[in-house]
This record gives sequence, C-alpha cells and structure tokens, in this order.
Amino acid sequence: MQLKRKLADKLSSGWMIFSLAFFLLLPLAIGVGLVLKSKGLLHEHSLLDLLFSGNWAPSQNKFGFWPFIISSLWVTILAIVIAAPVCLLSAIYLSQFAPRWALKLMRPVIDILAGIPSVIYGVWGILVMVPFVSSLGAILNKETTGFSILAAALVLAVMTIPYVLNMLLEVFRQIPVELQEASLSLGATRWETIKHIILRKGLSGIISAIGLGFSKALGETIAVLMVVGNVVQLPKNAFSSGYTLPSLIANNYGEMMSIPSYDAALMFGALLLFAIILAFNFLFRYIIYKSEAL
Amino acid sequence: MEQTTATLKGIIHPYEHYGEGLTQPIVEVKGLNVFSKNAQILKNIHLSVPKNKITVLLGPSGCGKTTLLKCLNRLTDLYSDLRLDGSIFIDNEDILNTPRDITEIRQKMGLLLQRPFPLPMSIAGNITYGLKLKGIRNKKILEAKVEKHLRDVALWDEVKDRLSHSANSLSIGQQQRLCLARGLAVEPEIILADEPTSALDPISSKVIEEEFIKLKNDYTIILVTHILRQAKRLADYVVFMYYGEIVEHGDAEEIFNNPKTALLKHYLESGY
Ligand SMILES: Nc1ncnc2c1ncn2[C@@H]1O[C@H](COP(=O)(O)OP(=O)(O)OP(=O)(O)O)[C@@H](O)[C@H]1O
Ligand SMILES: [Mg+2]
Repeated sequence: MQLKRKLADKLSSGWMIFSLAFFLLLPLAIGVGLVLKSKGLLHEHSLLDLLFSGNWAPSQNKFGFWPFIISSLWVTILAIVIAAPVCLLSAIYLSQFAPRWALKLMRPVIDILAGIPSVIYGVWGILVMVPFVSSLGAILNKETTGFSILAAALVLAVMTIPYVLNMLLEVFRQIPVELQEASLSLGATRWETIKHIILRKGLSGIISAIGLGFSKALGETIAVLMVVGNVVQLPKNAFSSGYTLPSLIANNYGEMMSIPSYDAALMFGALLLFAIILAFNFLFRYIIYKSEAL
Repeated sequence: MEQTTATLKGIIHPYEHYGEGLTQPIVEVKGLNVFSKNAQILKNIHLSVPKNKITVLLGPSGCGKTTLLKCLNRLTDLYSDLRLDGSIFIDNEDILNTPRDITEIRQKMGLLLQRPFPLPMSIAGNITYGLKLKGIRNKKILEAKVEKHLRDVALWDEVKDRLSHSANSLSIGQQQRLCLARGLAVEPEIILADEPTSALDPISSKVIEEEFIKLKNDYTIILVTHILRQAKRLADYVVFMYYGEIVEHGDAEEIFNNPKTALLKHYLESGY
C-alpha cells in the first residue's frame, strides 16, 4: 500500500515535470524550427531589407515583408480598439448592474459566439461587413471595394469580443464585494467605486485579457483572409485592402514552390508572426508587472 | 427617564424601549423587514441605538446580524435580490425613504468588516479616498488628516516611512487598523463593525478594542461579535437576535446578569 502510494506520487510528479518541460520547450522548439527553415532566406537578404522593404516580388527574388507587418498590425490594433471598450463596458454592466438572470443568459451566448468556427465569421463578414464598409466608404467619399482593413478589423473584433468578455467577467467576479462595500461606505457612488476600485483592482486582469485577445486576433487567419482583400500594399487608410501575415502563409504555402526561396520566405513570415506575438506578450507582461507594483 | 418625542413627516415616535441612563438614540429602526428571494432574513426589527455608546449585536450564526448592519447604511442596495421595508431613522431622517443622496448619509457611518479589505491603493491613499470624495483636495490638509487618523489607530509609527506603499503590504492586523482609520477619516457619527477582530491576532484585537473604548466619546458604535468576553468588555447596550428577530435587548449589565428568555440564557451559557 505504502509502496503503491509512493509510486503513484513519483509517477505523477514525474509526469508533471515532463508536461511542464514540454510546454516550456514547445515554443522554443517552434522558434528554432522556424529559424532553421528560414535560414536560406536570411543568407541571401539582409534582415533590415526583409523587414522594412515594401517590395514583394517572389519571382524576382524580392521579399519585403513591411506591407504584411503593417497590415497585420493595422487589422489587429483596430480590432482591439473596437473590441476592448465594448468588452469592458459590457463586463462592467453584466457584473455590476444587470440582474442575475441576464448574466446567466449571457454565459451560454458568449460560449456559443466563441465556439463558432472562424470560416463562418468570414462568410458573415463577406455578406455583411464588406457591403457595410463599402457603403460607409461611399458615404465618407473613400475609395474602397469593401474588402478592407476595416472590414477585417470589424470581423476580428466580433470574434474577439466573446473571448475577451469571458475573461473580463471572470476578472470582475474575482473582486470581493466587500471592497465595493468599503468604497460605498466611504461615500463613493456606484460609478466612483467602479472607476477607482473595481477597474483599479482588476487592472492587471483587464490588461492580460486584452493582451490575450490581441494575440488571438493577431494570429486569426481564415476570417481575415476572406475579407481583408489580400492585396500586397501599404494600406493608406482603414478602407484600403491589405494582406496579413497569416493570410500570406495560408494562401501560398505549398504553392509556387518552383520559385526558389519562396518556401523559406513563408517560413520567415511565420517566424515574424511568432516574434511579433512574443514581443507583444512581453510588452503586456511588462505592463501587468508595472500595474501590479502600484 | 422622560419620554422624548420627535416629529418627522408627521410620524410621532416615542423612544420608549431603552433603559435608564442611556442618551437619546441616534439610530432608530422601525418595523424593518428584509426579504430575500425565498426567505425573510429580518423580521419586524425595532431597535434604538443610544448615542455615544457601544451597542453589541449578539446572536448565533446566520441570524441576520450582518444583514442588519448593512441595512443601516443601505449597502443592501448592492444586492438586487434583497427587498427592504420599514424605516431606519438616522438623525431623524428615514434613510430607506429619503430623497437625499445616499452617499452623504453613508459618510455618517464608518464600516469595519470581518476581514480587512484595503482599497487597491497606497496606505495614504486609503485614508484620503473618502476625503477626496468629499471634495477635499488641499495637499496639506490631506497629509495632516493621514497623520492624525493613523495616529488615532496607533498605526502611524509603524507606517510613517512607507505611506506610498501598497496597503496590501501591511499585516492583517495593520490592515484592519488602516480600515478603521479610513472610516474615521470621513468623520462619521456612527461606526458599524462586523466582527472586526475575528481575523486578528490577540494583540491587534486588543488595539482595536481599546480604540473602540476611546472612540465612544465621539462616536456611536454598533458592534457585531461572536466573542462573548469581548461583548462583556465592551458593551453598554446589547441586542440579542435569533433567526432574524430581536429576542431581547437592554443594558449590558441587565442582559448579562439577568437574561429573561431561555434562548438568551442558553446562548450566554453555550455561546451559540
Ligand atoms: N444577499 C443575500 N441573498 C440571500 N440571502 C442572504 C443574503 N445575505 C444574507 N442572506 C441570508 O440571510 C441570513 C442572515 O445572514 P447574515 O449574514 O446577516 O447572518 P449573520 O448573523 O451575520 O451570521 P454570521 O454570524 O455567521 O456572520 C443567512 O441565512 C443568509 O444566508
Ligand atoms: Mg455576519
């Protein structure tokens, strides 16, 4: 009996260490793999050229990733800028003011929204968002086909909202009601309590929810690919078409392999995406760290 | 004692049921009922809390002491499933049916909870929070207040070098004293304390108790406690509750030496 328990203990801790190591090494392994695969490209071109040149002509062996980087950032940042306030306000409303049944009703709705496959969001984007952006462009006198950064950002925002909202609801649920009672009893109004206490207490949680939403949005492929237009150019404004890094890879991987270095270039694109997500993760970590120290 | 009467909105309510030597009540609860969705938590509560005394609420767990305390500054507003009827007069104003801004009324009461809940800001920020809500912005005044109120709860010497640190860096006992100080900073008339020492070590508990005895010169204190000995040390007036009702109330001496109901006798003997 004693032996069995000890064995189980050993086994389980061994298993835990193994899974921990696996998860620690996985990103490293992916990163190294991508570097190795894109090494060919890095030999032929300077890193600066690859990153900041806008010249994309694979058949002439020109690989400038700048338009893809910019498109990706544009789409993602715009999506988060749209989604974050919506999420924050609904999370505050649902956790603070709404009757309990409203929250109970919202939970499954949120789960369903989060579970819809992205290709369906893409179709919805084509059917609804693209025409919407197109007519908005007509009103604002902007030249657009509708397949644009803005359409992609709107679709992405809708996709990110349930994901971030879910995390925010959890953040607010964790804040003890006694803290609100303390604030109210000192003479604060509901709104002052939310502003000074709830948002302050939940700040690091809010940042990390938005950060995770950002990473998810940055990597989203299919839905964006379907509505962003896939034109290699530096987008002039939100109504221009763009071409994001994930779309580039998804659209072209496995094709046109006759062009030398193309394979390596796509791998480099993946590496870039990976690096950008990593960089933003560190940025958000840093902000969270700072906000916790306060 | 002479029968006092006060007229408010045409209602005449004599202060009858409190003992000799006690001053005019500052809190007057009349026919208070609290309902949750499927139960009645407080049943027809009538209660007068004498000024500048320590009133202790006693009773077994779940009898509604915390709920009664929360009614007094209408924190029950936070819980949409609670329904209140009756009236609670504070300084002759029915706070359950007043058109006046509840935040001002709440500043008449300092609240101390079972565990300390420091606001997510600095030590000094905890004290100045309520003052800033009152509109006090002058730095000199705020600094002076921070020092005064931290001294009042014997915390100043321990924290004077780290006023800008997070309040969470304090020990539990220190946090609870900070919570008392921040409540005092808004200059309330009444202190509502819900088992304020139950999470504390003996030393910190003693500091809080001593503080209460000092504070009662200037404040009216309503204290919930499960510690009978603490109740005996502190109470001037005792209210004994059982399943949402007030079973017995009166001067501390009378209640502890001469309990009338069997329920109270049993509670005093067994502690539950
Ligand atoms: N928001 C609420 N909704 C529904 N029921 C509640 C609510 N708050 C309290 N109750 C119920 O009211 C009753 C009294 O609770 P209360 O917290 O006032 O008791 P208490 O006397 O303070 O107990 P304790 O000594 O354990 O702190 C309990 O049965 C509790 O379940
Ligand atoms: Mg209680």
